[in-house]
Amino acid sequence: MSSKEATSGRYKKMSMSPKEYKTYAQSKEPPRSVFANCVKAYVVGGLICVLGQAVTELFVHLMGMTPEQASNPTVAVMIFISVILTCLGVYDKIAQFAGAGSAVPVTGFANSMCSAALEHRSEGLVLGVGGNMFKLAGSVIVFGTVAAFFVGIAHLILGTGGQ
Amino acid sequence: MLRGKQTWWFESRPVIIGAATVVGPDEGEGPLAADFDLVHPELDMQQKSWEKAERLLLEQASEFALQHAGIDSSQLQFFVGGDLLNQIISNSFAARSLGVPYVGVFGACSTSMETLALASLMVDSGAAQYAMAATCSHNCTAEKQFRYPTEYGSQKPPTAQYTVTGAGAAVIASSGSGPYVECATVGKIVDLGIKDPFNMGAAMAPAAVDTIQSHFNDTGRTPGDYDIIVTGDLAGVGHPIARDLLTRGGVPIDNTDFNDCGLMVYDVKKQKVQAGGSGCACSAVVTYGHLLKRMRKGQLKRILVVATGALLSPLSFQQGESIPCIAHAVSICAGGEGA
Repeated sequence: MSSKEATSGRYKKMSMSPKEYKTYAQSKEPPRSVFANCVKAYVVGGLICVLGQAVTELFVHLMGMTPEQASNPTVAVMIFISVILTCLGVYDKIAQFAGAGSAVPVTGFANSMCSAALEHRSEGLVLGVGGNMFKLAGSVIVFGTVAAFFVGIAHLILGTGGQ
Repeated sequence: MLRGKQTWWFESRPVIIGAATVVGPDEGEGPLAADFDLVHPELDMQQKSWEKAERLLLEQASEFALQHAGIDSSQLQFFVGGDLLNQIISNSFAARSLGVPYVGVFGACSTSMETLALASLMVDSGAAQYAMAATCSHNCTAEKQFRYPTEYGSQKPPTAQYTVTGAGAAVIASSGSGPYVECATVGKIVDLGIKDPFNMGAAMAPAAVDTIQSHFNDTGRTPGDYDIIVTGDLAGVGHPIARDLLTRGGVPIDNTDFNDCGLMVYDVKKQKVQAGGSGCACSAVVTYGHLLKRMRKGQLKRILVVATGALLSPLSFQQGESIPCIAHAVSICAGGEGA
């Protein structure tokens, strides 16, 4: 059993403002090596692009396509590979290592849709898969379209318009 | 009985007559694997959804706890439980299976000690003879609800934590053999403005410090009165902060074994769990599995478990709110000394 004078409060509560604590907490965070992450992202992102280029070359040399014709089936193949890796539970592990390297290419876009579809399958095809597939990819499409719109306007004004 | 400002002293010594833990594969590969009653080799546990898997964990843990207590669910008067999912559905469905009067609570990862304190209060006040405290969490349901789809490729920062897949349940009784719940300090919300949901350890550390200091102030104790003091899930970033803040506040925390359940449940160096474990089940499985077993072996006489909770919602952090945090401390003593 404890003594009675305890209730007077022996330990003074700390007085730190949120601002002070934020600075303090930041100093306690383990360092994130930006450089190493950049290198990893560059290497893995680059490898994904090399793979894409190899697929394009296959279409060009084996199936007699022009490089322009080969680009769409190449994207399809890359999406297919990404979806398979996502379903096998591998893509998220690659991403933990690669960071932006696996997020930026089209494979990352495919992963965001496929992972959402898999995750929400339990809520049904319409509300689950249909309603959630674009949960993460949606903002890519929205801001991609908005960016394209402004680039289009810039082209129009500068008279540099496409073909 | 109230002691000091915020501590309940349980004069009648409510006894934990049975406790059980069920965990998933990652916890089964951790250093405490041998202390759990059941280790599932797969995350989905052959269920159709992650949510069903989480529910199964809780149902199994409560079933085992009843078995260990040697009582029937019909003898159980109240079931006090909570989890991380929206509307605490895991507990509501598990309570449906149990068919016992149910009090659902939400305390995020502090739920383990919040429910234990409430169940002990029920028993101590004579409101119940047998009450169960339980909680559960699942890595994939937490990822799905709070972060991204489980298979989504995003890089987690080193401050992030890995939600424990598991469930812990304890049966509290007015008499019987086993460790008893001595007192509980109910924490208040502490929010020092951390907004990053990937750094919950740093967000929760001040709440743990506040509750620990309040506990000592209310009880007149010092850290040396406990064989071990564990925080719930501050992990690799938050735990050193808590130790530092306590030391700065003049609390001689180094006089005891001060540890963290999030650091104990995994081999943080080998397993890819970033800063360590988190989730409702984190402190529950470490306390009900590991610590109570050590207590039964006579290695520990008196322990203080300070379960920490980050009471954020996916909506609140997207709206730029900071994370309100809480910690509840419960002191558990080895039975046998006149219990």
